[in-house]
Amino acid sequence: MKVAIVVFPGSNCDRDIAWAIKKISGYKPDYLWHKEKNFRNYDLIILPGGFSYGDYLRCGAIGSHSPIMNEIKKRSQKGTKIIGICNGFQILTESKLLPGSLLQNENLKFICKKIFLKVKNNNTFFSKKYKLNEIINVPIAHMEGRYYCSKKTLKELENNKQIIFQYCSNNGNIKDTDNPNGSTRNIAGIINLKGNVLGMMPHPERCSEELLGGENGINFFKSIFESIN
Amino acid sequence: MKIKIEVMLRDAILDPQGNTIKKSLNNLGFKNVKSVRQGKLIEIDMVSNSSTKEKKNIEKMCEDVLSNSLTEKYKIKFLKNK
Repeated sequence: MKVAIVVFPGSNCDRDIAWAIKKISGYKPDYLWHKEKNFRNYDLIILPGGFSYGDYLRCGAIGSHSPIMNEIKKRSQKGTKIIGICNGFQILTESKLLPGSLLQNENLKFICKKIFLKVKNNNTFFSKKYKLNEIINVPIAHMEGRYYCSKKTLKELENNKQIIFQYCSNNGNIKDTDNPNGSTRNIAGIINLKGNVLGMMPHPERCSEELLGGENGINFFKSIFESIN
Repeated sequence: MKIKIEVMLRDAILDPQGNTIKKSLNNLGFKNVKSVRQGKLIEIDMVSNSSTKEKKNIEKMCEDVLSNSLTEKYKIKFLKNK
């Protein structure tokens, strides 16, 4: 299995996710600087969390125009699996690889805490090791995580089962009170229609070993490795 | 040639910063403030002095980079040369 992690100026979760992948799968990922234009084939490309370009202009906006993104768009069309976590998700929406946009949290605060997620579709490369409607405890750490999309897009996401994770209560209720950032329909993670590109605000790499306070993220990585191998 | 580009959230999008500013103004006694929307102002100095020649270029910058058409709208203002 070949995995690449893209490093933008300001990425800060690149090492964390490399650690989680190595620990869970045994494979050591490559780092790709955002200026790369030609690189070998990878089964999985990850856009990590952080603050690419200091979040200037709009989160992910400048990163989405980095030289590497043209090639990533081409690879996504060919079926390469691509994941964007947190700032990576923002880059994917700004690149139009995923629909919608991520806006400033409704409460104007940087939210750094563990939240509950409901797995709404476990029939994907990224979630197959979870049970349908399983409730998992995963950290979030963001200022701009309020997922927004048009009504038409929302309908498409729902009809095509593209919503993978939703913020919920500890017993799985999906209500406004369990929505940390004001996201439309409590959306925390979506995939594209083809099913090979995933974006999510929560950080599975930060809950993939007990030492970090939880292991609910392990099945996320196991899902991907099982899909690829 | 200098241009100013005003980027605002679309009307349908919740603007929590604007709402907070509005509340603060009301609390300070400015009771007539009904709503506040906050945006960005970007000033650009172009090499060319021809607004007609650069119009398409500037619009492309706004569409591709400076604004997100899903959530934001923009206005371009060409400033007179001194």
